[in-house]
Amino acid sequence: MASLTPSQVLNDRASRGSLSRVLLLAARLRAWLFLLLLLVLFEVWAQVSYGASFMFSSYNAQSIAVFAVAPLLLALGETFVIIAGGIDLSVGFIMGLSAVISAQGANIAGSYMPAFPAMLAGIAAGLLVSLIPGAVNGWLISKLKVPPFIGTLGMFGVARGVAFLLAAGTTVPVTNSDFAYLGNGRVLGFPLVVVITVLFLLLMSYILGQTRFGQHTYAVGASEQAAVRAGINVGRHTRKLYLLSALCAGLGGVLYTARFTAGAAQAGEPLLLDSIAAVVIGGASLFGGSGTILGTVAGSLVIAVIQYGLVFIDVEPFWQFVAVGVVIIISVLVDQTQRKLGGDR
Amino acid sequence: MSAVPSHALQPILDVRGVHKRFGGVEALKGVSLSLHPGEVVALAGDNGAGKSTLTKMISGVYPADDGEISLDGKVVRFATPEAAREAGIETIYQDLALADNLSIGANIFLGREPMRRALGVLPVLDRAKMASAAKDTMARLDFHVDRLDAPVGRFSGGQRQAVAIGRAIYWDARVILMDEPTAALGVPEQRKVLSLIQSLKAQGRGVIFISHNLQDIFAVADRIVVLRRGSLAGERRIGQTTHDEVVKLMIGG
Repeated sequence: MASLTPSQVLNDRASRGSLSRVLLLAARLRAWLFLLLLLVLFEVWAQVSYGASFMFSSYNAQSIAVFAVAPLLLALGETFVIIAGGIDLSVGFIMGLSAVISAQGANIAGSYMPAFPAMLAGIAAGLLVSLIPGAVNGWLISKLKVPPFIGTLGMFGVARGVAFLLAAGTTVPVTNSDFAYLGNGRVLGFPLVVVITVLFLLLMSYILGQTRFGQHTYAVGASEQAAVRAGINVGRHTRKLYLLSALCAGLGGVLYTARFTAGAAQAGEPLLLDSIAAVVIGGASLFGGSGTILGTVAGSLVIAVIQYGLVFIDVEPFWQFVAVGVVIIISVLVDQTQRKLGGDR
Repeated sequence: MSAVPSHALQPILDVRGVHKRFGGVEALKGVSLSLHPGEVVALAGDNGAGKSTLTKMISGVYPADDGEISLDGKVVRFATPEAAREAGIETIYQDLALADNLSIGANIFLGREPMRRALGVLPVLDRAKMASAAKDTMARLDFHVDRLDAPVGRFSGGQRQAVAIGRAIYWDARVILMDEPTAALGVPEQRKVLSLIQSLKAQGRGVIFISHNLQDIFAVADRIVVLRRGSLAGERRIGQTTHDEVVKLMIGG
Protein backbone atom coordinates (compact mmCIF):
# COMPACT_ATOMS: atom_id res chain seq x y z
CA MET A 1 0.00 0.00 0.00
CA ALA A 2 2.98 2.32 0.37
CA SER A 3 2.82 3.11 -3.31
CA LEU A 4 -0.62 4.53 -2.76
CA THR A 5 0.49 7.08 -0.21
CA PRO A 6 3.11 9.24 -1.88
CA SER A 7 4.15 12.28 0.09
CA GLN A 8 2.83 15.37 -1.58
CA VAL A 9 3.16 19.07 -1.31
CA LEU A 10 0.12 21.27 -1.69
CA ASN A 11 1.35 24.01 -3.97
CA ASP A 12 -0.36 26.76 -5.82
CA ARG A 13 -1.31 25.44 -9.19
CA ALA A 14 0.89 28.01 -10.86
CA SER A 15 4.30 28.88 -9.53
CA ARG A 16 4.64 32.20 -11.21
CA GLY A 17 7.43 34.46 -12.31
CA SER A 18 8.17 37.65 -10.46
CA LEU A 19 6.68 39.86 -13.21
CA SER A 20 3.27 38.26 -12.97
CA ARG A 21 3.48 38.39 -9.18
CA VAL A 22 3.98 42.15 -9.44
CA LEU A 23 1.07 42.40 -11.88
CA LEU A 24 -1.21 40.43 -9.57
CA LEU A 25 -0.24 42.62 -6.65
CA ALA A 26 -0.96 45.70 -8.78
CA ALA A 27 -4.34 44.25 -9.73
CA ARG A 28 -5.17 43.66 -6.09
CA LEU A 29 -4.20 47.17 -5.09
CA ARG A 30 -5.76 48.77 -8.15
CA ALA A 31 -8.06 51.07 -6.22
CA TRP A 32 -5.11 52.57 -4.35
CA LEU A 33 -3.13 52.89 -7.60
CA PHE A 34 -6.08 54.67 -9.24
CA LEU A 35 -6.24 56.98 -6.27
CA LEU A 36 -2.51 57.73 -6.43
CA LEU A 37 -2.70 58.36 -10.17
CA LEU A 38 -5.62 60.76 -9.75
CA LEU A 39 -3.92 62.65 -6.94
CA VAL A 40 -0.73 63.03 -8.99
CA LEU A 41 -2.74 64.16 -12.00
CA PHE A 42 -4.69 66.81 -10.08
CA GLU A 43 -1.56 67.89 -8.21
CA VAL A 44 0.36 68.50 -11.44
CA TRP A 45 -2.61 70.31 -12.92
CA ALA A 46 -3.02 72.49 -9.82
CA GLN A 47 0.70 73.33 -9.72
CA VAL A 48 0.84 74.19 -13.42
CA SER A 49 -2.42 76.11 -13.69
CA TYR A 50 -2.75 77.78 -10.30
CA GLY A 51 0.69 77.42 -8.73
CA ALA A 52 -1.14 75.88 -5.73
CA SER A 53 -1.24 72.41 -4.24
CA PHE A 54 -4.24 70.10 -4.65
CA MET A 55 -3.71 67.39 -2.13
CA PHE A 56 -1.56 69.25 0.37
CA SER A 57 -4.27 71.81 0.95
CA SER A 58 -6.07 70.96 4.16
CA TYR A 59 -9.18 72.65 2.80
CA ASN A 60 -9.26 70.34 -0.21
CA ALA A 61 -8.42 67.24 1.82
CA GLN A 62 -11.19 67.97 4.31
CA SER A 63 -13.70 68.81 1.62
CA ILE A 64 -13.00 65.51 -0.13
CA ALA A 65 -13.31 63.62 3.16
CA VAL A 66 -16.63 65.26 4.05
CA PHE A 67 -17.79 64.71 0.49
CA ALA A 68 -16.92 61.00 0.69
CA VAL A 69 -18.77 60.37 3.97
CA ALA A 70 -22.27 59.53 2.70
CA PRO A 71 -21.29 57.39 -0.31
CA LEU A 72 -18.74 55.59 1.86
CA LEU A 73 -21.31 54.76 4.54
CA LEU A 74 -23.64 53.28 1.93
CA ALA A 75 -20.72 51.44 0.37
CA LEU A 76 -19.66 49.88 3.70
CA GLY A 77 -22.95 48.03 4.08
CA GLU A 78 -23.04 47.27 0.38
CA THR A 79 -19.58 45.66 0.70
CA PHE A 80 -20.94 42.98 3.03
CA VAL A 81 -23.98 42.35 0.84
CA ILE A 82 -21.92 42.14 -2.37
CA ILE A 83 -19.31 39.84 -0.80
CA ALA A 84 -22.16 37.51 0.16
CA GLY A 85 -23.26 37.49 -3.48
CA GLY A 86 -26.23 39.84 -3.10
CA ILE A 87 -26.94 43.44 -3.96
CA ASP A 88 -28.88 46.14 -2.13
CA LEU A 89 -30.46 48.72 -4.43
CA SER A 90 -32.58 50.26 -1.69
CA VAL A 91 -29.80 51.95 0.31
CA GLY A 92 -30.15 55.36 -1.37
CA PHE A 93 -33.75 55.79 -0.34
CA ILE A 94 -33.30 54.11 3.04
CA MET A 95 -30.79 56.92 3.60
CA GLY A 96 -33.43 59.45 2.50
CA LEU A 97 -36.03 57.88 4.76
CA SER A 98 -33.65 57.99 7.72
CA ALA A 99 -32.75 61.62 6.94
CA VAL A 100 -36.43 62.65 6.98
CA ILE A 101 -37.31 60.60 10.07
CA SER A 102 -34.33 61.81 12.09
CA ALA A 103 -35.15 65.43 11.24
CA GLN A 104 -38.80 65.01 12.20
CA GLY A 105 -37.89 62.96 15.26
CA ALA A 106 -35.48 65.60 16.54
CA ASN A 107 -38.05 68.34 15.92
CA ILE A 108 -40.89 66.53 17.68
CA ALA A 109 -38.69 65.51 20.61
CA GLY A 110 -37.36 69.08 20.76
CA SER A 111 -40.70 70.35 21.96
CA TYR A 112 -40.54 68.08 25.04
CA MET A 113 -36.86 68.07 25.97
CA PRO A 114 -33.57 69.95 25.65
CA ALA A 115 -31.58 69.92 22.40
CA PHE A 116 -29.13 67.13 23.21
CA PRO A 117 -31.58 64.36 24.18
CA ALA A 118 -33.86 65.53 21.37
CA MET A 119 -31.00 65.03 18.93
CA LEU A 120 -30.39 61.55 20.32
CA ALA A 121 -34.08 60.74 19.93
CA GLY A 122 -33.94 61.91 16.32
CA ILE A 123 -30.87 59.78 15.61
CA ALA A 124 -32.43 56.73 17.26
CA ALA A 125 -35.65 57.21 15.28
CA GLY A 126 -33.73 57.49 11.99
CA LEU A 127 -31.63 54.40 12.66
CA LEU A 128 -34.52 52.29 13.94
CA VAL A 129 -36.82 53.16 11.05
CA SER A 130 -34.06 52.33 8.56
CA LEU A 131 -34.02 48.80 9.98
CA ILE A 132 -37.61 48.21 8.80
CA PRO A 133 -36.87 48.17 5.05
CA GLY A 134 -33.67 46.24 5.84
CA ALA A 135 -35.66 43.58 7.70
CA VAL A 136 -38.17 43.34 4.85
CA ASN A 137 -35.35 42.99 2.30
CA GLY A 138 -33.79 40.16 4.28
CA TRP A 139 -37.14 38.42 4.74
CA LEU A 140 -38.01 38.66 1.03
CA ILE A 141 -34.61 37.32 -0.01
CA SER A 142 -34.08 34.59 2.59
CA LYS A 143 -37.64 33.35 3.17
CA LEU A 144 -39.49 34.08 -0.05
CA LYS A 145 -36.39 33.49 -2.21
CA VAL A 146 -36.91 36.74 -4.13
CA PRO A 147 -33.71 37.58 -6.06
CA PRO A 148 -31.86 40.38 -4.21
CA PHE A 149 -31.89 42.61 -7.29
CA ILE A 150 -35.69 42.47 -7.48
CA GLY A 151 -36.47 42.51 -3.76
CA THR A 152 -34.31 45.53 -3.04
CA LEU A 153 -35.49 47.28 -6.22
CA GLY A 154 -39.01 46.97 -4.85
CA MET A 155 -37.85 48.36 -1.51
CA PHE A 156 -36.11 51.19 -3.41
CA GLY A 157 -39.56 52.25 -4.61
CA VAL A 158 -41.32 51.74 -1.29
CA ALA A 159 -38.71 53.62 0.77
CA ARG A 160 -38.64 56.40 -1.80
CA GLY A 161 -42.40 56.85 -1.75
CA VAL A 162 -42.70 56.69 2.03
CA ALA A 163 -39.83 59.15 2.52
CA PHE A 164 -41.41 61.71 0.17
CA LEU A 165 -44.85 61.17 1.73
CA LEU A 166 -43.52 61.71 5.25
CA ALA A 167 -41.64 64.82 4.16
CA ALA A 168 -44.75 65.99 2.29
CA GLY A 169 -42.63 66.40 -0.81
CA THR A 170 -40.29 68.97 0.68
CA THR A 171 -37.22 69.03 2.92
CA VAL A 172 -37.64 68.99 6.69
CA PRO A 173 -35.54 71.71 8.35
CA VAL A 174 -34.02 70.97 11.76
CA THR A 175 -33.76 73.67 14.37
CA ASN A 176 -31.80 71.60 16.89
CA SER A 177 -28.43 73.30 17.46
CA ASP A 178 -26.71 70.15 18.77
CA PHE A 179 -27.73 68.29 15.64
CA ALA A 180 -26.21 71.08 13.54
CA TYR A 181 -23.01 70.84 15.59
CA LEU A 182 -22.85 67.09 14.95
CA GLY A 183 -22.83 67.76 11.22
CA ASN A 184 -20.56 70.76 11.14
CA GLY A 185 -18.48 70.74 14.33
CA ARG A 186 -14.90 69.60 14.75
CA VAL A 187 -12.90 67.52 17.17
CA LEU A 188 -9.14 68.10 17.33
CA GLY A 189 -9.47 70.03 14.08
CA PHE A 190 -11.18 67.20 12.19
CA PRO A 191 -14.77 67.43 10.98
CA LEU A 192 -16.95 65.47 13.40
CA VAL A 193 -18.78 63.60 10.60
CA VAL A 194 -15.43 62.38 9.27
CA VAL A 195 -14.35 61.21 12.73
CA ILE A 196 -17.64 59.32 13.22
CA THR A 197 -17.30 57.73 9.78
CA VAL A 198 -13.71 56.65 10.42
CA LEU A 199 -14.70 55.05 13.74
CA PHE A 200 -17.62 53.32 12.04
CA LEU A 201 -15.45 52.02 9.20
CA LEU A 202 -12.96 50.63 11.71
CA LEU A 203 -15.86 48.77 13.33
CA MET A 204 -17.00 47.42 9.95
CA SER A 205 -13.45 46.41 9.09
CA TYR A 206 -13.24 44.52 12.38
CA ILE A 207 -16.57 42.77 11.75
CA LEU A 208 -15.68 41.73 8.22
CA GLY A 209 -12.09 40.75 8.88
CA GLN A 210 -12.02 39.42 12.42
CA THR A 211 -15.35 37.89 13.35
CA ARG A 212 -17.28 34.73 12.49
CA PHE A 213 -19.93 36.94 10.92
CA GLY A 214 -17.36 38.30 8.46
CA GLN A 215 -15.91 34.88 7.76
CA HIS A 216 -19.37 33.46 7.07
CA THR A 217 -20.11 36.38 4.75
CA TYR A 218 -17.19 35.35 2.56
CA ALA A 219 -18.22 31.69 2.74
CA VAL A 220 -21.83 32.40 1.72
CA GLY A 221 -20.57 34.45 -1.22
CA ALA A 222 -18.22 31.72 -2.38
CA SER A 223 -20.71 28.88 -2.12
CA GLU A 224 -24.02 29.00 -0.35
CA GLN A 225 -24.14 25.20 -0.50
CA ALA A 226 -20.76 24.88 1.21
CA ALA A 227 -21.90 27.29 3.92
CA VAL A 228 -25.10 25.31 4.51
CA ARG A 229 -23.14 22.06 4.70
CA ALA A 230 -20.78 23.63 7.22
CA GLY A 231 -23.79 24.24 9.44
CA ILE A 232 -24.09 27.99 8.85
CA ASN A 233 -27.67 29.28 9.03
CA VAL A 234 -27.53 31.05 5.67
CA GLY A 235 -31.05 32.47 5.90
CA ARG A 236 -30.40 34.13 9.24
CA HIS A 237 -27.04 35.36 8.00
CA THR A 238 -28.69 36.92 4.94
CA ARG A 239 -31.25 38.70 7.12
CA LYS A 240 -28.46 40.16 9.26
CA LEU A 241 -26.61 41.34 6.15
CA TYR A 242 -29.54 43.37 4.85
CA LEU A 243 -30.16 44.81 8.32
CA LEU A 244 -26.52 45.86 8.46
CA SER A 245 -26.70 47.42 5.01
CA ALA A 246 -29.84 49.34 5.99
CA LEU A 247 -28.22 50.47 9.23
CA CYS A 248 -25.23 51.88 7.33
CA ALA A 249 -27.64 53.73 5.03
CA GLY A 250 -29.55 54.93 8.10
CA LEU A 251 -26.37 56.36 9.59
CA GLY A 252 -25.70 58.05 6.26
CA GLY A 253 -29.14 59.66 6.47
CA VAL A 254 -28.62 60.84 10.05
CA LEU A 255 -25.28 62.45 9.17
CA TYR A 256 -26.84 64.05 6.08
CA THR A 257 -29.51 65.67 8.22
CA ALA A 258 -26.85 66.80 10.68
CA ARG A 259 -24.67 68.34 7.97
CA PHE A 260 -27.41 70.19 6.10
CA THR A 261 -29.66 70.77 9.16
CA ALA A 262 -32.48 69.40 7.07
CA GLY A 263 -33.76 65.96 6.14
CA ALA A 264 -34.48 65.31 2.49
CA ALA A 265 -36.09 62.23 0.92
CA GLN A 266 -33.76 62.52 -2.06
CA ALA A 267 -30.65 62.69 0.18
CA GLY A 268 -29.24 59.42 -1.09
CA GLU A 269 -30.72 59.40 -4.56
CA PRO A 270 -27.49 60.02 -6.51
CA LEU A 271 -25.41 57.90 -4.15
CA LEU A 272 -26.65 54.37 -4.85
CA LEU A 273 -24.61 53.86 -8.01
CA ASP A 274 -21.62 55.66 -6.52
CA SER A 275 -21.67 53.31 -3.55
CA ILE A 276 -21.87 50.17 -5.71
CA ALA A 277 -19.13 51.62 -7.92
CA ALA A 278 -16.96 52.24 -4.86
CA VAL A 279 -17.30 48.61 -3.79
CA VAL A 280 -16.48 47.32 -7.28
CA ILE A 281 -13.56 49.71 -7.80
CA GLY A 282 -12.38 48.62 -4.37
CA GLY A 283 -11.91 45.09 -5.69
CA ALA A 284 -15.09 43.26 -4.74
CA SER A 285 -16.62 40.98 -7.33
CA LEU A 286 -20.32 41.27 -8.13
CA PHE A 287 -20.30 37.46 -8.29
CA GLY A 288 -19.61 37.43 -4.55
CA GLY A 289 -16.87 35.95 -2.43
CA SER A 290 -14.35 38.76 -2.52
CA GLY A 291 -13.88 42.32 -1.34
CA THR A 292 -12.49 44.25 1.62
CA ILE A 293 -13.41 47.30 3.66
CA LEU A 294 -10.05 48.89 2.87
CA GLY A 295 -10.70 48.40 -0.85
CA THR A 296 -14.13 50.02 -0.51
CA VAL A 297 -12.57 52.97 1.30
CA ALA A 298 -10.12 53.39 -1.59
CA GLY A 299 -12.95 53.03 -4.10
CA SER A 300 -15.00 55.71 -2.32
CA LEU A 301 -12.01 58.05 -2.24
CA VAL A 302 -11.37 57.48 -5.97
CA ILE A 303 -14.91 58.61 -6.74
CA ALA A 304 -14.78 61.55 -4.32
CA VAL A 305 -11.42 62.71 -5.72
CA ILE A 306 -12.67 62.47 -9.30
CA GLN A 307 -15.82 64.44 -8.47
CA TYR A 308 -14.11 67.08 -6.36
CA GLY A 309 -10.98 67.25 -8.50
CA LEU A 310 -12.80 67.87 -11.76
CA VAL A 311 -14.69 70.73 -10.18
CA PHE A 312 -11.42 72.00 -8.73
CA ILE A 313 -9.73 72.13 -12.13
CA ASP A 314 -12.84 73.73 -13.54
CA VAL A 315 -13.88 71.03 -15.97
CA GLU A 316 -17.58 70.77 -16.87
CA PRO A 317 -19.05 68.76 -13.98
CA PHE A 318 -20.66 66.26 -16.35
CA TRP A 319 -17.24 64.83 -17.11
CA GLN A 320 -17.22 63.26 -13.66
CA PHE A 321 -19.87 60.75 -14.77
CA VAL A 322 -17.68 59.82 -17.73
CA ALA A 323 -14.58 59.51 -15.56
CA VAL A 324 -16.27 57.38 -12.87
CA GLY A 325 -17.81 55.19 -15.58
CA VAL A 326 -14.42 54.60 -17.21
CA VAL A 327 -12.84 53.72 -13.86
CA ILE A 328 -15.60 51.18 -13.13
CA ILE A 329 -15.14 49.50 -16.51
CA ILE A 330 -11.36 49.35 -16.17
CA SER A 331 -11.73 47.96 -12.68
CA VAL A 332 -14.06 45.17 -13.77
CA LEU A 333 -11.79 44.31 -16.71
CA VAL A 334 -8.83 44.04 -14.34
CA ASP A 335 -10.92 41.79 -12.06
CA GLN A 336 -11.86 39.47 -14.94
CA THR A 337 -8.29 39.23 -16.21
CA GLN A 338 -7.09 38.47 -12.72
CA ARG A 339 -9.66 35.67 -12.40
CA LYS A 340 -8.55 34.17 -15.66
CA LEU A 341 -4.98 34.18 -14.40
CA GLY A 342 -6.22 32.47 -11.25
CA GLY A 343 -4.83 35.03 -8.85
CA ASP A 344 -5.99 35.85 -5.37
CA ARG A 345 -9.39 37.37 -5.48
CA MET B 1 -1.57 -5.26 7.67
CA SER B 2 -4.56 -7.48 7.96
CA ALA B 3 -6.98 -4.63 7.39
CA VAL B 4 -10.09 -6.76 7.27
CA PRO B 5 -11.55 -6.37 10.73
CA SER B 6 -12.74 -9.25 12.80
CA HIS B 7 -16.48 -9.42 13.15
CA ALA B 8 -16.05 -10.12 16.81
CA LEU B 9 -15.61 -6.34 17.15
CA GLN B 10 -18.69 -4.27 17.65
CA PRO B 11 -19.52 -2.30 14.51
CA ILE B 12 -19.25 1.51 14.80
CA LEU B 13 -22.30 1.90 12.63
CA ASP B 14 -25.15 -0.55 12.35
CA VAL B 15 -28.10 0.12 10.07
CA ARG B 16 -31.00 -2.30 10.60
CA GLY B 17 -33.89 -2.71 8.18
CA VAL B 18 -34.40 0.93 7.24
CA HIS B 19 -37.32 1.95 5.06
CA LYS B 20 -37.87 5.25 3.30
CA ARG B 21 -40.86 6.33 1.28
CA PHE B 22 -41.16 9.50 -0.80
CA GLY B 23 -44.86 9.85 -1.58
CA GLY B 24 -45.78 6.70 -3.48
CA VAL B 25 -42.19 5.71 -4.18
CA GLU B 26 -40.50 3.29 -1.82
CA ALA B 27 -36.87 4.38 -2.06
CA LEU B 28 -35.55 1.93 0.51
CA LYS B 29 -37.22 -1.35 1.43
CA GLY B 30 -35.58 -2.61 4.57
CA VAL B 31 -31.84 -2.25 4.02
CA SER B 32 -29.22 -3.29 6.58
CA LEU B 33 -25.57 -2.38 6.65
CA SER B 34 -22.78 -2.52 9.21
CA LEU B 35 -19.45 -0.77 9.35
CA HIS B 36 -16.48 -1.67 11.58
CA PRO B 37 -13.57 0.48 12.72
CA GLY B 38 -10.87 0.57 10.05
CA GLU B 39 -13.21 -0.80 7.43
CA VAL B 40 -13.98 0.59 3.98
CA VAL B 41 -17.37 -0.34 2.59
CA ALA B 42 -18.25 0.49 -1.00
CA LEU B 43 -21.88 1.22 -1.76
CA ALA B 44 -22.71 0.35 -5.34
CA GLY B 45 -25.83 0.18 -7.44
CA ASP B 46 -27.50 1.65 -10.48
CA ASN B 47 -29.07 5.12 -10.49
CA GLY B 48 -32.14 5.10 -8.26
CA ALA B 49 -30.99 2.04 -6.33
CA GLY B 50 -31.16 4.00 -3.05
CA LYS B 51 -27.47 4.70 -2.37
CA SER B 52 -27.93 8.41 -1.84
CA THR B 53 -31.08 7.94 0.21
CA LEU B 54 -29.27 5.50 2.48
CA THR B 55 -26.27 7.80 3.04
CA LYS B 56 -28.57 10.76 3.61
CA MET B 57 -30.40 8.84 6.30
CA ILE B 58 -27.12 7.98 8.00
CA SER B 59 -25.95 11.61 7.81
CA GLY B 60 -29.16 12.99 9.29
CA VAL B 61 -30.65 14.59 6.16
CA TYR B 62 -33.77 12.38 6.29
CA PRO B 63 -35.23 10.40 9.17
CA ALA B 64 -35.92 6.70 8.57
CA ASP B 65 -39.61 5.72 8.24
CA ASP B 66 -38.89 2.37 9.79
CA GLY B 67 -35.85 0.47 11.06
CA GLU B 68 -33.02 1.84 13.18
CA ILE B 69 -29.48 3.15 13.04
CA SER B 70 -27.05 2.52 15.91
CA LEU B 71 -23.74 4.14 16.60
CA ASP B 72 -21.45 2.19 18.95
CA GLY B 73 -24.35 -0.06 19.85
CA LYS B 74 -26.65 2.79 20.83
CA VAL B 75 -29.72 3.58 18.72
CA VAL B 76 -29.55 7.14 17.37
CA ARG B 77 -32.01 9.41 15.60
CA PHE B 78 -30.50 12.50 14.05
CA ALA B 79 -32.85 15.43 13.53
CA THR B 80 -30.34 17.38 11.45
CA PRO B 81 -27.03 16.84 9.63
CA GLU B 82 -25.39 18.92 12.39
CA ALA B 83 -26.54 16.40 14.99
CA ALA B 84 -25.02 13.57 12.95
CA ARG B 85 -21.79 15.51 12.62
CA GLU B 86 -21.70 16.14 16.37
CA ALA B 87 -21.95 12.38 16.86
CA GLY B 88 -18.95 11.82 14.57
CA ILE B 89 -20.51 11.15 11.18
CA GLU B 90 -19.05 13.42 8.51
CA THR B 91 -20.13 13.53 4.86
CA ILE B 92 -17.76 14.48 2.07
CA TYR B 93 -19.41 15.62 -1.14
CA GLN B 94 -17.79 15.45 -4.51
CA ASP B 95 -18.40 19.14 -5.09
CA LEU B 96 -19.68 22.30 -3.42
CA ALA B 97 -18.36 21.45 -0.01
CA LEU B 98 -15.60 24.04 0.29
CA ALA B 99 -15.56 27.83 0.22
CA ASP B 100 -13.03 28.41 -2.57
CA ASN B 101 -12.09 31.88 -1.40
CA LEU B 102 -11.04 30.75 2.08
CA SER B 103 -7.84 29.09 3.25
CA ILE B 104 -7.52 25.45 4.26
CA GLY B 105 -7.70 26.38 7.93
CA ALA B 106 -10.77 28.57 7.43
CA ASN B 107 -12.49 25.71 5.60
CA ILE B 108 -11.65 23.16 8.29
CA PHE B 109 -13.18 25.47 10.89
CA LEU B 110 -16.01 26.85 8.75
CA GLY B 111 -19.02 27.34 11.02
CA ARG B 112 -16.94 26.47 14.13
CA GLU B 113 -14.24 29.15 14.02
CA PRO B 114 -11.93 29.45 17.04
CA MET B 115 -11.70 32.88 18.64
CA ARG B 116 -9.04 34.54 20.76
CA ARG B 117 -8.90 37.82 22.67
CA ALA B 118 -6.74 40.48 21.07
CA LEU B 119 -5.14 42.73 23.73
CA GLY B 120 -7.03 40.70 26.31
CA VAL B 121 -10.43 42.11 25.38
CA LEU B 122 -11.42 42.16 21.74
CA PRO B 123 -12.60 38.78 20.39
CA VAL B 124 -11.00 38.05 17.02
CA LEU B 125 -10.66 34.99 14.79
CA ASP B 126 -7.74 32.84 15.87
CA ARG B 127 -6.07 32.59 12.46
CA ALA B 128 -2.84 31.22 13.91
CA LYS B 129 -4.72 28.29 15.43
CA MET B 130 -6.58 27.66 12.16
CA ALA B 131 -3.33 27.72 10.20
CA SER B 132 -1.47 25.38 12.55
CA ALA B 133 -4.40 22.95 12.70
CA ALA B 134 -4.51 23.00 8.91
CA LYS B 135 -0.82 22.21 8.74
CA ASP B 136 -0.97 19.37 11.28
CA THR B 137 -4.12 17.85 9.84
CA MET B 138 -2.87 17.89 6.28
CA ALA B 139 0.42 16.39 7.45
CA ARG B 140 -1.54 13.47 8.91
CA LEU B 141 -2.80 12.85 5.39
CA ASP B 142 0.78 13.13 4.16
CA PHE B 143 0.05 16.42 2.43
CA HIS B 144 2.54 19.13 3.26
CA VAL B 145 1.25 22.62 2.83
CA ASP B 146 3.65 25.39 1.98
CA ARG B 147 1.15 28.25 1.70
CA LEU B 148 -1.39 28.17 4.48
CA ASP B 149 -3.01 31.45 3.49
CA ALA B 150 -3.78 30.49 -0.12
CA PRO B 151 -7.49 30.12 -0.95
CA VAL B 152 -8.43 26.49 -1.62
CA GLY B 153 -9.77 27.47 -5.04
CA ARG B 154 -6.14 27.55 -6.14
CA PHE B 155 -5.65 23.85 -5.44
CA SER B 156 -6.46 20.94 -7.72
CA GLY B 157 -9.54 18.73 -7.40
CA GLY B 158 -7.73 15.98 -5.51
CA GLN B 159 -6.09 18.42 -3.15
CA ARG B 160 -9.47 20.00 -2.45
CA GLN B 161 -10.87 16.55 -1.75
CA ALA B 162 -7.97 16.16 0.71
CA VAL B 163 -8.96 19.39 2.43
CA ALA B 164 -12.53 18.11 2.81
CA ILE B 165 -11.20 14.87 4.26
CA GLY B 166 -8.88 16.89 6.50
CA ARG B 167 -11.92 18.67 7.91
CA ALA B 168 -13.47 15.31 8.81
CA ILE B 169 -10.25 14.15 10.48
CA TYR B 170 -9.74 17.35 12.43
CA TRP B 171 -13.21 17.04 13.95
CA ASP B 172 -12.44 13.42 14.66
CA ALA B 173 -15.20 11.87 12.58
CA ARG B 174 -15.34 8.10 13.07
CA VAL B 175 -17.72 7.40 10.22
CA ILE B 176 -16.95 9.13 6.95
CA LEU B 177 -19.45 9.03 4.10
CA MET B 178 -18.05 9.88 0.69
CA ASP B 179 -20.29 10.49 -2.30
CA GLU B 180 -18.45 9.67 -5.52
CA PRO B 181 -15.15 10.99 -4.17
CA THR B 182 -13.25 10.31 -7.37
CA ALA B 183 -15.91 11.12 -9.96
CA ALA B 184 -14.77 14.59 -10.97
CA LEU B 185 -11.05 13.83 -10.95
CA GLY B 186 -8.30 12.87 -13.36
CA VAL B 187 -6.49 9.56 -12.93
CA PRO B 188 -3.50 10.75 -10.83
CA GLU B 189 -5.89 12.68 -8.61
CA GLN B 190 -8.10 9.60 -8.21
CA ARG B 191 -5.05 7.72 -6.95
CA LYS B 192 -4.42 10.45 -4.38
CA VAL B 193 -7.97 10.20 -3.09
CA LEU B 194 -7.76 6.42 -2.87
CA SER B 195 -4.57 6.79 -0.85
CA LEU B 196 -6.42 9.20 1.45
CA ILE B 197 -9.10 6.57 2.01
CA GLN B 198 -6.29 4.18 2.94
CA SER B 199 -5.03 6.65 5.54
CA LEU B 200 -8.51 6.99 7.03
CA LYS B 201 -8.70 3.21 7.30
CA ALA B 202 -5.25 3.03 8.89
CA GLN B 203 -6.43 5.54 11.50
CA GLY B 204 -9.25 3.17 12.47
CA ARG B 205 -12.10 5.20 11.02
CA GLY B 206 -14.96 3.62 9.11
CA VAL B 207 -15.53 4.74 5.54
CA ILE B 208 -18.60 4.25 3.37
CA PHE B 209 -18.11 5.40 -0.16
CA ILE B 210 -20.51 5.53 -3.05
CA SER B 211 -18.89 4.78 -6.35
CA HIS B 212 -19.67 3.68 -9.86
CA ASN B 213 -16.06 2.87 -10.50
CA LEU B 214 -15.37 -0.83 -9.90
CA GLN B 215 -11.64 -0.26 -10.28
CA ASP B 216 -11.69 2.14 -7.33
CA ILE B 217 -13.92 -0.16 -5.32
CA PHE B 218 -11.62 -3.13 -5.81
CA ALA B 219 -8.57 -0.98 -5.03
CA VAL B 220 -9.62 0.19 -1.54
CA ALA B 221 -12.81 -1.41 -0.27
CA ASP B 222 -12.92 -4.34 2.14
CA ARG B 223 -16.53 -5.09 1.36
CA ILE B 224 -18.99 -4.11 -1.28
CA VAL B 225 -22.70 -3.65 -0.64
CA VAL B 226 -24.85 -3.61 -3.76
CA LEU B 227 -28.32 -2.06 -3.77
CA ARG B 228 -30.95 -2.61 -6.42
CA ARG B 229 -34.27 -0.78 -6.51
CA GLY B 230 -34.22 -0.02 -2.81
CA SER B 231 -33.24 -3.48 -1.59
CA LEU B 232 -30.01 -5.20 -0.75
CA ALA B 233 -28.97 -7.09 -3.90
CA GLY B 234 -25.92 -8.62 -2.31
CA GLU B 235 -22.92 -8.13 -0.08
CA ARG B 236 -19.43 -9.51 -0.83
CA ARG B 237 -15.92 -9.39 0.61
CA ILE B 238 -13.68 -7.88 -2.05
CA GLY B 239 -11.28 -10.84 -1.97
CA GLN B 240 -14.10 -13.26 -2.70
CA THR B 241 -15.79 -11.65 -5.67
CA THR B 242 -15.13 -10.44 -9.19
CA HIS B 243 -16.08 -7.46 -11.33
CA ASP B 244 -18.47 -9.68 -13.28
CA GLU B 245 -20.29 -10.85 -10.21
CA VAL B 246 -20.70 -7.29 -8.91
CA VAL B 247 -22.05 -6.09 -12.24
CA LYS B 248 -24.58 -8.97 -12.19
CA LEU B 249 -25.70 -7.97 -8.70
CA MET B 250 -26.11 -4.37 -9.83
CA ILE B 251 -28.18 -5.03 -12.94
CA GLY B 252 -29.99 -8.08 -11.54
CA GLY B 253 -31.00 -11.20 -13.38
